[in-house]
Amino acid sequence: MSPRAAASAIQPYLRLEHVVKRYASGGPAAVDDVSLDIARGEFFALLGPSGCGKTTLLRLVAGFERPDEGRILLDDADMAGVPAYARPVNMMFQSYALFPHMTVAQNVGFGLKQDGLGRREIAPRVAAMLDLVKLGRLAARKPHQLSGGERQRVALARALIKEPKLLLLDEPLAALDRKLREETRFELVRIQRRIGITFLLVTHDQEEAMSMASRIAVMSQGKIVQLGTPPEIYETPANRFVADFIGTVNFFTGHVAGTDGPLLHVFCPDAGAVFTVEHEPLAAGADVAIALRPEKIALEAPPAEPGRNRLVGRIAAIAYRGDASSYEIELATGRTLRATLPNTRRRAPPFAVGQSIGLAFEPGACVVFRP
Amino acid sequence: MSDAFRRRAVLALPFAWLALFFLVPFLIVLKISLAETAIGVPPYTPLLERGEGGWSLHATVANYQFLFSDSLYLRAYLNAIKFAGVSTLVCLLLGYPMAYGIVRAPRAWRGLLLLLVILPFWTSFLIRVYAWIGLLKGNGVINNLLLATGLIHEPLALLNNAFAVYLGIVYSYLPFMVLPLYAQLEKLDPALLEAAADLGCRPWQAFGRVTLPLSLPGIAAGALLVFIPAVGEFVIPDLLGGPDTLMIGKVLWDEFFTNRDWPVASAVAVAMLVLLLVPMGFVRRLLQEETA
Repeated sequence: MSPRAAASAIQPYLRLEHVVKRYASGGPAAVDDVSLDIARGEFFALLGPSGCGKTTLLRLVAGFERPDEGRILLDDADMAGVPAYARPVNMMFQSYALFPHMTVAQNVGFGLKQDGLGRREIAPRVAAMLDLVKLGRLAARKPHQLSGGERQRVALARALIKEPKLLLLDEPLAALDRKLREETRFELVRIQRRIGITFLLVTHDQEEAMSMASRIAVMSQGKIVQLGTPPEIYETPANRFVADFIGTVNFFTGHVAGTDGPLLHVFCPDAGAVFTVEHEPLAAGADVAIALRPEKIALEAPPAEPGRNRLVGRIAAIAYRGDASSYEIELATGRTLRATLPNTRRRAPPFAVGQSIGLAFEPGACVVFRP
Repeated sequence: MSDAFRRRAVLALPFAWLALFFLVPFLIVLKISLAETAIGVPPYTPLLERGEGGWSLHATVANYQFLFSDSLYLRAYLNAIKFAGVSTLVCLLLGYPMAYGIVRAPRAWRGLLLLLVILPFWTSFLIRVYAWIGLLKGNGVINNLLLATGLIHEPLALLNNAFAVYLGIVYSYLPFMVLPLYAQLEKLDPALLEAAADLGCRPWQAFGRVTLPLSLPGIAAGALLVFIPAVGEFVIPDLLGGPDTLMIGKVLWDEFFTNRDWPVASAVAVAMLVLLLVPMGFVRRLLQEETA
């Protein structure tokens, strides 16, 4: 073990050190000074909007692109100068990139055949891998005879069969319909646990990242803006970008009106109210932004007496989603905000459009950002 | 108007075209090939004749028997197939890297490069073949240049031989190889090559296991587009090959216009068509397997 690895918080298996990638020399960096340690056996997600550099980072690890600066180490081996075909890394492509002229079994066995293994060694391993992804009965089919979900599993099997040190997944569920996507999430996690290979997932879908990954790096404009477990990223976003990108959020801007022990009173003009939030003391008059998630707001009709963190509004619109409903609520100031409530009862919707309604939230429900 | 009717009407047009401009002329040629030469206009006997006992049929396979009796025809066929086959192979070996290069060129360049491939078509085929005479002949541009630079001391025999015929065919038909190959290679998803590399293929291995098998339909289309017209090629062997070059297209021409033996010429044409059906059927099967 290198002394550096011992010093770091986690035992790094994949280590990125100050990686920079520019597509045009002197142009903007697609990946801008990214350092990252991923542990062995982790299910790690790179999450960000399109164009944030997450796919470029994945391609750098795969060896399809070369970094302009920095180092990529896998299991203590420097990957510089190691071409894609020689890296102990396999990738599952967003388009799946299945070979159209080969059967499912030939696609899955491609990597083994390339390594010079004989038919006798390849056949049982292909069969076992097809079993793992539940595709045994389709071994003789060609890719164009498969459904989207089946193709996705062929791509996974093909990438796993060489037992790579690291599996890269580029938007693996993007081409699937919603229901299949949800099932496949559990399936991917199950397979990852079973075979123990380190997964590095790239996705723009925060739900996908949060439901599968053990840790997430949120990327924006080539940089990692936050690194943490899914609850850390969701409940304590590091900045407004992360709060806004992950899930839905109501933002209020205001200035500090006073301090009260662990609490901060913030006057928010657009809400026409003082918010009491948990935060370390700040100087009076300091500008802050407050983020409040829709599910952290309680609704009550008729509105209760005004009090701490209580607002009154009118329901402007309701989006019924089955398991829950989203309410758009207009405050007296004209400012609208979003609240979400699970539909716990089958009949009688709890609220109606146009109804006057009270909003309440805990001081701990708010996240405070300093500009 | 029903959908079925409309569909049939749309299909009827190409069928009518093929029937009118391919099937009917072919039947006329077939008819002439079964007749005997006669002095007159047209210079062959009628197939059906009205005599005293009503209509009578005059058909003979003597012209086809004649093709087998004289080894000239067989040699001319085999020579034509050899010329066309070798030229097709050379076109493939030249055209594949060209098409691949154009596909891989920056997007802004591709249009220009394709235009350059098609550019020769803007000049008449005949004029371009004549131009090669000017380049290849004993005191032509190439020989004069080589003599002037002192590389050679007497002119090379570049014209009136097999080399000139190969050169002419490859030069003339190369675009017909490049264009279908380009169309095929352009469809190839670059992610497939990345996937092959990811699974352990060096670039040349990825070419062999992915690019080449997936470009087979383009290779087949290009090979047919070069091979079939090259087999019947008449102008190039006549102008560049000199009197000793034997190709079936030239024999056909001589039978029609020099000997005025239309029935034998027609028999040569029919035999040539039958001969070409073999490679076409082979390629058709290959393509069907590919898409199966």
